[in-house]
Amino acid sequence: MLPIHFNLLINVFRQYGYDMELLLSDDRKVVDEGLKHVHNDTCYPALLVIGQFMDALGSGKYDPDKTALLITQTGGGCRASNYLHLLRKSLADTYPNVPVISLNFSGLEKGDGFELTIPLILKLLYGVLYGDLLMLLYNQCLPYEINAGDTDKKLAQWEERLAQRINDGKARPNKKIYKEIIEDFASIKRSDEKKPKVGIIGEIYVKYSPLANNNLEEFLVSEGCEPVMPGLLDFCLYCVNNNVKDGEIYNFRSKWVFGSKIVYKILYKMHRTMIKAIEEHGEFDPPHDFEFLKGEADKYIHQGVKMGEGWLITAEMAALAQTGVENIICTQPFGCLPNHVVAKGMSRVIKDNFPHANIVAIDYDPGATKVNQENRIKLMLANAIKGE
Amino acid sequence: MQNTYNLGIDIGSTTVKTVVMNEKDELIYTEYKRHFSKVRESVCEQLSAIRSKFGKDREYKLAITGSAGLGIANSAELPFVQEVFAAFIAVQNRYDDIDVVIELGGEDAKIIFLTGGVEQRMNGSCAGGTGAFIDQMSTLLGMTPTELDEMSLKHKKVYPIASRCGVFAKSDIQPLLNQGANREDVAASVFQAVVDQTVSGLAQGRQIKGKVLFLGGPLSFLQGLRNAFVKTLELDDENAIFPDEAPCFMALGSALFAKDSKETFKLDDVIEKITNIKINSTQTGERLFNSRQEYEEFIARHNSVDVGFADIRTYKGEAYLGIDAGSTTTKLVLITPDGRLLYQHYCSNEGRPLDVITSQLTKIYDISTDELVIRSSGVTGYGEELIKAALGIDYGMVETVAHFNAARFFEPQVDFIIDIGGQDIKCFKIKNGAIDSIMLNEACSSGCGSFIQTFAQALGYDIEEFSKLGLFADNPVDLGSRCTVFMNSSVKQAQKDGATVEDISAGLSSSIIKNAIYKVIRASSPDSLGEHIVVQGGTFLNDAVLRSFEMELGRNVVRPAIAGLMGAFGAALYARDHVADGGTSSIISKEDVKNFTYSSKAGRCGACTANCSLTIAHFNDGRKFISGNRCERPLGIKDSDKVPNMYEEKLKLLYECIKMQKAPNGEITIGIPLSLGFYEQLPLWVEFFGSLGMKVIVNDESTRELYYKGQHTIPSDTVCYPAKLVHGAVIDLQEKGADAIFYPCMTYNFDEGYGDNHYNCPVVAYYPELLKANIDTLNDDNFIHPYIDLNRPNNVITSMTRELARFGIKKSQVKKAYKNALTAHNDFMEVLQMMAKAIIAQAREKDMGIIVLAGRPYHIDPEINHGIHKVIASLDMAVVSEDGLFQFATPEKVNVLNQWTYHARLYNAAEYVASQPDMQLVQLVSFGCGIDAITSDEIRDILEKSGKLYTQLKIDEINNLGAAKIRMRSLIAAIEEGGDSDGKIHKRDEEHAQNSSAEYVANTL
Repeated sequence: MLPIHFNLLINVFRQYGYDMELLLSDDRKVVDEGLKHVHNDTCYPALLVIGQFMDALGSGKYDPDKTALLITQTGGGCRASNYLHLLRKSLADTYPNVPVISLNFSGLEKGDGFELTIPLILKLLYGVLYGDLLMLLYNQCLPYEINAGDTDKKLAQWEERLAQRINDGKARPNKKIYKEIIEDFASIKRSDEKKPKVGIIGEIYVKYSPLANNNLEEFLVSEGCEPVMPGLLDFCLYCVNNNVKDGEIYNFRSKWVFGSKIVYKILYKMHRTMIKAIEEHGEFDPPHDFEFLKGEADKYIHQGVKMGEGWLITAEMAALAQTGVENIICTQPFGCLPNHVVAKGMSRVIKDNFPHANIVAIDYDPGATKVNQENRIKLMLANAIKGE
Repeated sequence: MQNTYNLGIDIGSTTVKTVVMNEKDELIYTEYKRHFSKVRESVCEQLSAIRSKFGKDREYKLAITGSAGLGIANSAELPFVQEVFAAFIAVQNRYDDIDVVIELGGEDAKIIFLTGGVEQRMNGSCAGGTGAFIDQMSTLLGMTPTELDEMSLKHKKVYPIASRCGVFAKSDIQPLLNQGANREDVAASVFQAVVDQTVSGLAQGRQIKGKVLFLGGPLSFLQGLRNAFVKTLELDDENAIFPDEAPCFMALGSALFAKDSKETFKLDDVIEKITNIKINSTQTGERLFNSRQEYEEFIARHNSVDVGFADIRTYKGEAYLGIDAGSTTTKLVLITPDGRLLYQHYCSNEGRPLDVITSQLTKIYDISTDELVIRSSGVTGYGEELIKAALGIDYGMVETVAHFNAARFFEPQVDFIIDIGGQDIKCFKIKNGAIDSIMLNEACSSGCGSFIQTFAQALGYDIEEFSKLGLFADNPVDLGSRCTVFMNSSVKQAQKDGATVEDISAGLSSSIIKNAIYKVIRASSPDSLGEHIVVQGGTFLNDAVLRSFEMELGRNVVRPAIAGLMGAFGAALYARDHVADGGTSSIISKEDVKNFTYSSKAGRCGACTANCSLTIAHFNDGRKFISGNRCERPLGIKDSDKVPNMYEEKLKLLYECIKMQKAPNGEITIGIPLSLGFYEQLPLWVEFFGSLGMKVIVNDESTRELYYKGQHTIPSDTVCYPAKLVHGAVIDLQEKGADAIFYPCMTYNFDEGYGDNHYNCPVVAYYPELLKANIDTLNDDNFIHPYIDLNRPNNVITSMTRELARFGIKKSQVKKAYKNALTAHNDFMEVLQMMAKAIIAQAREKDMGIIVLAGRPYHIDPEINHGIHKVIASLDMAVVSEDGLFQFATPEKVNVLNQWTYHARLYNAAEYVASQPDMQLVQLVSFGCGIDAITSDEIRDILEKSGKLYTQLKIDEINNLGAAKIRMRSLIAAIEEGGDSDGKIHKRDEEHAQNSSAEYVANTL
């Protein structure tokens, strides 16, 4: 998922001596491998992620004795926290020697030989920030570019430059570099044609992974829309915020809550710097301010809803509608548990407030066909275009 | 120069519709035809007709719409309009006072709300087909949709049929048919199911009222369906509008849409464009056979596995009859003592298995010699009980046992059997000469044989012809491996991409196989299945399916030439092996079978609140047979013989605690929905509010009616049934006049110390948020839903003080109340433990097997478990629930993240059961429970490590207990055959179970 971000992040890991590779395989074999190894009622992201790992190990490209698999884990009440264990189960028969490492910030799975130091964490964070900015600019330029390929070229240049920057030890983003990136993207020749904006929200993997969502962004661009994709830092802020909120809701104090408060402040400030840079430049729509998102959430749902993407999905839906992006696709794995509540469960109240909101929930799973999904998106778009 | 006309083309999943409008917007041409999957050909055919009618040189503005139209329009670079949007345009053009539009197509269902905020909805990918669903159901009943319609008009009652998806409905309908329910009533029930699905699945919280316009093929052709809609929505003639042009309405809309475009086309060009669409490279599978020779070798290999024959017309001596009354087909064999076939019959039962079998029996009696003696007989399959009672068959057995007996005959070393029948997939492993583990398809994947059949018919082929087509297909399509509804849309996509019928046929065969291997068996590698595999069931008679199976496994398997008759053959062998020396058969005699008649009627059992729908068959000799019952009460079995059943005791206990509440006359009434977590925490909260002087009320016991009460407020149709029931409960409490409804959000459950964390599942944790957002009548004043963590008294007290300040309650009171409440909770949990111990002791005293029916606290809701515990008890097994014994053992290591309180209990219970020789664990899983996808594999591992069988029962809103019964009986049979010396389940139990209904029949004479 998130090819822009992950390329930057992997670069950071490489710098720290990990020979890391991002799996991008996306053919049908991934799904087949997933179906073979994972209980079919498990959600689609688990199936794809594990399918991808198994497919890669089976390709012969990697020596099973010298390979480890790294997977993220949040430790929340959603079954996604179990991907790691499901992966281990799948490996047990065929590759018993391949270790699985958890990338998490919740203290799960300690002592697996993989250490997250503060400098490493910071650099990863910078990678996320750059990734968010590049993704935002890319999505706002691509639909309007006059010379096909300009935006992609620009993106490639910056991916390389930023990777270099991180390697040179100048990872920390600042106003100057933000400005440079923004101006450079602004120099792409674009038409001023008005296109309907379509927000993409939902379960984090399906939302961000072209493999899972059948190249949704690409499809929207080809249909003459501008995709609006909230950034990854929002999710990081959401996770940290939940720790802070826990203390408030359940009336307790702890080092964990205290630390999270500080981390939240740091992250929030970094996010603000980026937003400000975009606002000052003035040509692009900045991402939502996280405090604004929280305010939007409070209108509909409690911030105690913290499993999966929790209240953040509701907040994003509301914030998009509030800022004029009333066409929203909510992507989710078929049968996603938290989304029953935070996505499908909340669309009614949001529609009550925004009668023109045009929200469609699309389920993704190995059996769902592209034609079915596209047909539903097309219906949404027909309304979107009519609304313009 | 001729005037430009507007042309609308609607390419649906089953039909092509075209309309032409002249320059005055008058409709001058319409056409509606099935395309039998030859999509492009049919479109071109219709366009040619238009071309010849209105002149070759005429220019047209045009637009294509429809689910199969999208791909064609894209590839041919022709204008496209989304179909719901097209309908919207047409409605606005034709009418000005419509409130709601309901459109049912071949596979899509749509609703457009026009007034009060325009909203357009389509069924989600799980909601199943509608037109296609009706087609499937008609095939099942052996008639055309038109005949189904005519029949439905004569109905007397309507049965509840699951409405969510076609597959579910099928598993509701099949048992009804097998039990001899009236076909008129079933037909009407099919239509009612479609209506329910539309109302609940699509409207989701919005009520359908005002003037309703009905569109689409099924709604214009089927009167019964129309009636059902009008009746359910309570519409009068003025408000229910069925336009004449309904079938072509979308095409009309696209013609109107085209009017505004600038581009014009000549039909010659359009036809050329469509004809020349380049076929996209879709995923294709391997060819089944590369050459004729390969095919012939394959056939020769399988033909070598055959049975011997004997001539019934000349045979003298003993014979054994075996009947397999399957869900869609009836199989019957008569064999000699050494297993040679004297007579065989395999046919579709057309919903009347009893008729088919009596006529076959008559035939056997007629053509056989007088010296042929049927010494014993056996029956298996869905219709087992009815057939056994009606015709005096000696032995009834569960299907798995019959199939194992048959497979062993052909391959004594058999270690894996897979049977794909019309409705179900059954596989089981054989270890040490006994059934070791059984896998049945769950309601969601029962595509199976009847699926191909229906599909073949929809494409205009008979099944044999259709499957032969696939044998030499060049590019078999890859159709995925999920349920049939998904396969339908995969086929749609393949058709769009230009796949031929041959490719589709081959693709369907292979997807059925993938479904079986990866979905039902969930094998990670072919080797894990076994070395000596026997395949059977009618579906494997299809060479394409068999070939796909061998290819997927990469090894050869044994398919006996009588693959379709194996159940019957096994039943006959069973009868042969079990008849006592010198025993004679109780089978109906030659004279009696000639005069045999029966009639069946529907009834309702009033013995308890479940109000089971009964089907009562009356035989001409005055006997009657009751089916549809969950327990044995309508059969007249006394309470004193009752088997200890913790599910019943626990439920009683909860109601008891309401009765015993502290302040039954309290001024303030708090409503607590008895659902989800409250099935455990009710005592806690009753005590809490009681201590504060408040009265607690709960909703009426859950029933289907209670579900319907809240159905229109359910926003997500794929959430689990236990959650859906909360809606009705809340509305019921409001009607009962609760001052406030209490339902806290609880991310965390009690920390019982067994897992890494103690979460609730996301649905249980946050459902109150969803309720508040979707039930209009809930607001902050009458809905108390604080976020609390029960493990932090300080937090509970602070939050509850804040919430209850409105009633003048003080913090000190809350503090005391919560203290009492915690005691009440601990007491309750302790009572559960004592209860479990007592039941175990009692069962051991009676030498009875014990089943730990493990699930969630809310699985004791009778509407959720559908009385499965009663079925188990009726098989003479004591029932204990997991929450009474999870404290007795803990697995050393759990291979998953053990972070949910209820789920940690399951692992503990499994660990405990593994150490108890006389216990078995059966896991209840609610359909749609994502978390059980994780627990079930882990529980299986724990049990299998100590040689126990794992059994899972999936439950949903459907109350088909047939599948549950098969599993339970197979489990019992497996334990027996396994020679499990410690197992306390004895033969008498099974026989008692099998005979109970029949005995009753005899007793009532």
